[in-house]
Amino acid sequence: MELLNVILVVFLIVCAIAVERTKDLLSAVIIFDAYSLTMAVLWLLLKAPDIALTEAAIGAGVTTILFVSVISRTRRVKK
Amino acid sequence: MDNLIVKTITRLIVPFIQIYGIFIILHGHISPGGGFSGGAVLGASMILYTLSYGLTAANKKLPHKVTGVFESGGIIWYVLLGLVGIFLGGSFLSNKEVGFFMGKAGDVISGGFIPLITAAIGLKVASTMITLFHTIIEED
Repeated sequence: MELLNVILVVFLIVCAIAVERTKDLLSAVIIFDAYSLTMAVLWLLLKAPDIALTEAAIGAGVTTILFVSVISRTRRVKK
Repeated sequence: MDNLIVKTITRLIVPFIQIYGIFIILHGHISPGGGFSGGAVLGASMILYTLSYGLTAANKKLPHKVTGVFESGGIIWYVLLGLVGIFLGGSFLSNKEVGFFMGKAGDVISGGFIPLITAAIGLKVASTMITLFHTIIEED
């Protein structure tokens, strides 16, 4: 269980750096989605199931949909 | 988007998502979850419907006027329940002191007005999500 925790945290850090380095905004949103899902699993491991529920619904679901719909209204690649 | 598979799966899965959201809202005071999480799940089910059936069908199913009434009604209901405490001699949002029905701990109907307040919060959050999404994707 300790090992799984470490792997998830390392993946979280890699995702957070990759979101900032990516030029394509749609890819950045999808990586941010993976970040939110990992964060939800981590909340569950930290024994906070209500926060995990909210994170999975808001962070991984609704926020991604809102970001994608905003990107579809503007340019996709950052200058 | 006119895809038969997506439409059929959406039609099958949306009632289960909504039942799960209502379950989370109604059990907010005795298990993990509550108004905010359950309302988010409810709103996400309607967003899924909009994504697969289009904005006009979703507007026919749940018009903007109805979500506006839910959004305002939820917060008014919350404030009214808080004011009941003042009128019965306690402070704002006082629960046990002014004689709300407490019940046995662990039952669904227990804890005074907490289930009523959680239902109001759930309705407000769900309608806010739907209004936000419909406002962003609507063509002008």
